[in-house]
Amino acid sequence: MDDKLIIGGHEFNSRFILGSGKFSLEMTDKVIKNGGVEMATLALRRANVGGSENILDYMPEGITLLPNTSGARNAEEAVRIARLARAIGCGDFVKIEVVHDSKYLLPDNYETVKATEILAKEGFIVMPYMYPDLNAARDMVNAGAAAVMPLAAPIGSNKGLSTRDFIKILVKEIDVPIIVDAGIGRPSQACEAMEMGVDAIMANTAVATASDVGLMATSFRLAIEAGRKAYLAGLGRVLEYKAEASSPLTGFLRD
Amino acid sequence: MIKVDRSFSHMEYVEGMEQTPHDIMDTVLKERAEYDYNKYTENDVRRALNKEFADVEDFKALLSPAAMPFLEEMAQKAKGITRRYFGNSVTMFTPLYIANYCENHCVYCGFNCYNKIKRAKLSMEEIETELKAIAATGLEDILILTGETRSKTSVEYIGEAVKLAAKYFKLVGIEVYPMNTDEYRYIHECGADYVCIYQETYNPDKYETLHLRGHKRIFPYRFNGQERALLGGMRLVSFAALLGLDDFRKDAFATGLHAYLIQKKYPHAEISFSPPRLRPIINDASVNPNDVHEPQLLQVMTAYRLFMPFAGITISTRERAGFRDNVIGICATKMSAGVSTGVGGHIGEEKGDEQFDISDPRSVEEVHQAITEHGCQPVYNDYVRV
Repeated sequence: MDDKLIIGGHEFNSRFILGSGKFSLEMTDKVIKNGGVEMATLALRRANVGGSENILDYMPEGITLLPNTSGARNAEEAVRIARLARAIGCGDFVKIEVVHDSKYLLPDNYETVKATEILAKEGFIVMPYMYPDLNAARDMVNAGAAAVMPLAAPIGSNKGLSTRDFIKILVKEIDVPIIVDAGIGRPSQACEAMEMGVDAIMANTAVATASDVGLMATSFRLAIEAGRKAYLAGLGRVLEYKAEASSPLTGFLRD
Repeated sequence: MIKVDRSFSHMEYVEGMEQTPHDIMDTVLKERAEYDYNKYTENDVRRALNKEFADVEDFKALLSPAAMPFLEEMAQKAKGITRRYFGNSVTMFTPLYIANYCENHCVYCGFNCYNKIKRAKLSMEEIETELKAIAATGLEDILILTGETRSKTSVEYIGEAVKLAAKYFKLVGIEVYPMNTDEYRYIHECGADYVCIYQETYNPDKYETLHLRGHKRIFPYRFNGQERALLGGMRLVSFAALLGLDDFRKDAFATGLHAYLIQKKYPHAEISFSPPRLRPIINDASVNPNDVHEPQLLQVMTAYRLFMPFAGITISTRERAGFRDNVIGICATKMSAGVSTGVGGHIGEEKGDEQFDISDPRSVEEVHQAITEHGCQPVYNDYVRV
């Protein structure tokens, strides 16, 4: 079955986008292979071109880089970081992160919309990290976003789909790929999000904090694939409160 | 005989010092004075450990003597939080002392103005030579330090040094005398983003008896330094008390509360802690039961982590290698390497004497190796200047 993830005209077989920067760099190759990962994010702030422990040196060939603008507090800073990323050869994809709260690291949707508009006009394939708000998501799409990346829960929290209902609304209403980013703590949560119809999952902390990082990457790949197949198969109905009544309330009706 | 300069009060500003609101200082000093750590019980500590996020009251319990038997649990919890927020990353940096002239008389400090040490100040050429030598080790993060005197090391001198440092390093910090907002703005424009200020002790009365002469006597000006730095455009500010100068539990509490209130007022501020301590003297336990031994230091560091999960924690070379290497997996996120606390000293001889003796003289390469051996990832750069 031809089931590609298409972002900005680029096709991907994998729906597992890997975050980096929280596990040892020497593990990168193994995690990417085990996870079947085709796209990996990296914080430009961790790039150390020409220097020691440069994260870019550990990214295997063929992987699509998704540099993020971590460290930006407003649209202007995000734009500058994105341009720097492109200048050092990270390609046209960019994940916009605009955060001006060092405590919760929640994204600023308003500034993110502004950065999306500027960068999309400059030819970037813009993937904004966002709080799952329908109005903001529409604004981002109108501004040229190639996908939207709503958070499931606060970043690094491993809490799972705290924003489930709001992400469901985005799945229904937004036509670009929805990639759940931040907060996914275990493969079962990734699977559930995929069953809901999101297009891809981004995870980092959940993999990085596992006892066996490589094995957890495998597990995420399988869970994401399972969730996607379940979505495509169409979930069977689930009766929430009780079994089907043998004497239905509408039994008195005649033809 | 050295006399205390009582020509001005340590709580009143002197000419040239910018005055900013005292809202945070008033709260911190009041809370510190009222903090009675002996009232906290085992149950309070358990409650704090069971919470997802420690609040101010939990922080008090975690710093209390009642928490000492729970040190292993605190360390376990801190380790999990550190992994979630920072992964296994440990950033490396080094300090560069460019001068050791000082006009202050801080009774505990090797640089104090009455100590007959070899004083020096590097020229710009010498600074650049040092910077090149440090950059050759692979480091990308540097902290520029001076003693505290405006007459020998002017704001412009520091600014020029920062401009040079910014040529070779991705993150430049300063640990110099506190400045006014416009001066911080100038230093920021020169290329620095990070300001480190040690309050030493948050007990104003004790502070007065330890800082006998010089501008450093002015407690509130120092206290509000981080706030002025942020107003001047700096992005990262660091907080520290020299634990052991006064009651370390109260000072650790005040340090954490100070940082907490600054972050609340300036949500974008990136916060970090440095937990230096005065080493206990042998047989001093009876004289000073509040000496800071390694377990107490770890208690403070893990309490910081539980209270401020997102804050950086820097571990000093004052501590031995074995302590430093183990706390990086638990709570510390940044460590110095290839350290010299004398003036210059990264290439050839030091020009001026050292501020203090270090306990971990390892090179960048050796520290890198140790970080890797402890299952962590050495990070040379974690900053992009915008």
